[in-house]
Amino acid sequence: MDKLSGKVLIGIILALLVAGFFVRVPKPEIFVPAEAVVTVSGFVVTNTLLAAWVSIIFLMLLFRAVTINMQLVPRGVQNVMEVAVDGLYSFVLSVAGERYARRFFPLVATIFFFVITNSWLSLLPGYGTIGIVHVGEHEGVVFQKAGPLALIMPGAETVAEGAHAPEGATIGMLAPILRGANTDLNFTLAMALIAMFSVEMWGIRANGFFGYGSKFINLKEGPIYFFVGLLEIISELSRIISFTFRLFGNMFAGEVLLAVIVFLVPWALVLVFYTLEIFVGFVQALVFAGLTLVFTTMAVAGHGEEHHEGAEAHHS
Amino acid sequence: MPDSPEAVKLLAAGLAMGLGAIGPGIGIGLLAGKAMEAIGRNPEARAYIQQNMILALAFCEAIGIYALVMALILKFV
Repeated sequence: MDKLSGKVLIGIILALLVAGFFVRVPKPEIFVPAEAVVTVSGFVVTNTLLAAWVSIIFLMLLFRAVTINMQLVPRGVQNVMEVAVDGLYSFVLSVAGERYARRFFPLVATIFFFVITNSWLSLLPGYGTIGIVHVGEHEGVVFQKAGPLALIMPGAETVAEGAHAPEGATIGMLAPILRGANTDLNFTLAMALIAMFSVEMWGIRANGFFGYGSKFINLKEGPIYFFVGLLEIISELSRIISFTFRLFGNMFAGEVLLAVIVFLVPWALVLVFYTLEIFVGFVQALVFAGLTLVFTTMAVAGHGEEHHEGAEAHHS
Repeated sequence: MPDSPEAVKLLAAGLAMGLGAIGPGIGIGLLAGKAMEAIGRNPEARAYIQQNMILALAFCEAIGIYALVMALILKFV
């Protein structure tokens, strides 16, 4: 990049930062459940489902593009994805050990890539800003009509219930057609259930049904260990809840934070929060996948060897 | 004390987030402090300490996020 185009770029960024002081957005409307976009014979397609499909198609295309012409010495996108997959595999290897790493890697990697794609794609412009206007009697935003489209112009206001719409404008609420899939409690719950179901399944396959069950209903070692077993049952169930709400809370709060910050401060400071959101998306994906991995490793380790296996994993 | 349910809801949202942030704040501070100390004592183990710190950080953060979710539900639902 030569000096002139570098200066032009900096000029454009500065102009945007200054213009951001004068452009105002209306008050954000926060809605916890996912809004329905279209209903096909009783099956409701929500905006989070659409965003999840977009993520799935994106991941399929990305990995197809990387593997369609694989070089022995990787270049470009193949190199980047090899770094990601390799780093993830060595992380799985360091926690699960050589014997189980290949078995656990597909689930852990799928969870990681799906969550991180959902998080990062939902930061793109268009998610949450393009949608269908619901005209109703509640408080709404003033949209300017331009043919079939309704636009929110800079300086649009939120008006109270039953206000009269001026010429060439409608008042309504925006229901976006795309919204990050991690902000839907259904998705996080589904992933948590799949993760914990896989944990139990691998535990039973490695230790046998009664071997694994003896961790929970412990009749052999005395009354105190019986209660420890019951507490284990409760802690397994609470892991589903904590998986669900950790991811949902982080992602939903991040979405609300961005919407409110854009409403409150000029554009320049919003960039800081965007960086935070990128980082949080990455960390939450890593935490979800990493915790699944840790729980499966603990489940296959068996009852008495737990402390041994943990010590071994730490020294490697 | 405020009278209407709306006012009490707003108060509850504020209290939920405010009080709910005390615990995780202290927890994260302790965790990061101990991690810094450990790195200072043994700089070679830096990557290992960092990875485990981030994992434990996510646990601490989750508790704060539960409080935030409650506050949001109180305010907007």
